[in-house]
Amino acid sequence: MNADVNAEVSTEDELARVVRDHAGRLAGALVSLLGDFSAAEDLVQDAVEIALRRWPVEGIPDRPDAWLFTVAKRRGLDVLRRQQNYRAKLAELQHQDEQPVASDDRLRLIFTCCHPALAREAQVALTLRVVCGLTTAQIAAALLAKESAVAQRITRAKRKITDAGIPYRIPRDDELPERLTEVLTVIYLLFNEGYLSSTAERAHSRDLVDDAEWLTALLHGLLPNEPEVAGLLALIRLHRARTPARFTPAGELVLLEDQDRTLWDKTAIAEATALLTRTAHRHHAPGPYQLQAAIAACHSEAPTWAETDWRQILVLYDMLLTLQPSPVTCLHRSVALSFVEGPAVALAEVDRLALDTYPLFHATRAQFLRDLGRDTEAHVADERAADLTANPAQLDLLRERLAR
Amino acid sequence: MTRIVIRLKLSTGGKRVKYVLMFIETEEYLKELDAMTPGEREQAYQRVYQWFDDHRDKISDRGNKLQGAETATTVRLDGGVAMTTDGPFIEGKEVVSGFTEIDVADLDEALRMVKTWPACPVVEIRPVAEM
Repeated sequence: MNADVNAEVSTEDELARVVRDHAGRLAGALVSLLGDFSAAEDLVQDAVEIALRRWPVEGIPDRPDAWLFTVAKRRGLDVLRRQQNYRAKLAELQHQDEQPVASDDRLRLIFTCCHPALAREAQVALTLRVVCGLTTAQIAAALLAKESAVAQRITRAKRKITDAGIPYRIPRDDELPERLTEVLTVIYLLFNEGYLSSTAERAHSRDLVDDAEWLTALLHGLLPNEPEVAGLLALIRLHRARTPARFTPAGELVLLEDQDRTLWDKTAIAEATALLTRTAHRHHAPGPYQLQAAIAACHSEAPTWAETDWRQILVLYDMLLTLQPSPVTCLHRSVALSFVEGPAVALAEVDRLALDTYPLFHATRAQFLRDLGRDTEAHVADERAADLTANPAQLDLLRERLAR
Repeated sequence: MTRIVIRLKLSTGGKRVKYVLMFIETEEYLKELDAMTPGEREQAYQRVYQWFDDHRDKISDRGNKLQGAETATTVRLDGGVAMTTDGPFIEGKEVVSGFTEIDVADLDEALRMVKTWPACPVVEIRPVAEM
């Protein structure tokens, strides 16, 4: 890779960052202003697409927010002019100078995009487009989906928001926990989608991990007292801190076990851990994201794989299982268990799980069997894992997931 | 920077939306009903009356409870000839057993109402088309 290509990549990244910082804000302001989610969103999408065409040539303007606003406004006026029945509305349009775009409406926007009456896929696509300002093409590339399918998903979701009366507002206090869970699930999905895609897949698409972190940070800024938002933010940052060690220069995945820990971003780890500790001090009874972040923190602070505080991790998994019982979480816990109680206990635990079609189940069994010197059985289990997985790289990916 | 100000009634305030709630019974629910003593069944009905009473300011048309799906007749007009058949339009384990029209601010208000519904286990919320 030469310097020119690098420069191009960084410009593109910067472009994405600038659009993301302003598109959602503009969408939020326009929805409030127009009272029409779908129409406002169309205007922003048009403005973003024009920006993505023109900024690489003309440079990013000094005030990108004003630029996008002006373009969206012009597009809006064009649309209004073309539609006869909007004549009356057009007559009522007024221009006011030097007024900043309305306050941050993005929180309402997030809750609308992640409304439980929308299908999960629609929530994901809509959040990326409306809140993060991605174009339909970018979303399709990032999710490895067809552009036409993503476009249809978004159109349908927008129609439902309008027709079914999905409100544009922050949920009431008694509804907030449930609705926030929905939002965090969407962001966590984005994070996983990005985190678990290989470098080859990512080469030509958007880094969704970056979007997930940005969204969580935005949410944390808007809802600073929500412990699970802070938990998810810490979780994402702890994982990102390990990114430099996750791939070989050739793009092959390196398992946590084998990673060069000197490559980890120690500052980022310290900051994320501090955030987690602050949150834990203020709120008792940590939720699932805080617990997962705490597990990630244990790994991040360990000097080596063997010197990891497995006892602490085991306790955290037990707490997580109390909140969210799941055989896959039990499987993850078994790795810590094997270090604390030995591979025989861990194997007995794993053999109780009904995960026969899950490749990682067999890969984990194989590891414990090998530790116990039962090599023939280990080999059989490894083969079973490989049979269930499309390719070895994918198995590595699954193994890394296990170590998270 | 310039800013558009549109002086219109925004859909975020004041507007009401009409929804039809379709109450849906399952086989298990019907079995539960059958297994009830007359006293228990009376209590179940009372809970439903109470629900209608609690939400009377939002109910624009109380609608009706329907007779069982075995009493349904379906007519298909799409083949050019009217085809009359016995039974509901979709044969299934879940059938519409009643409907009610409500008039609320938005879907969230409808959802809050429906979450307290004390009878059959499934409710579909459908916005009424503005004609």
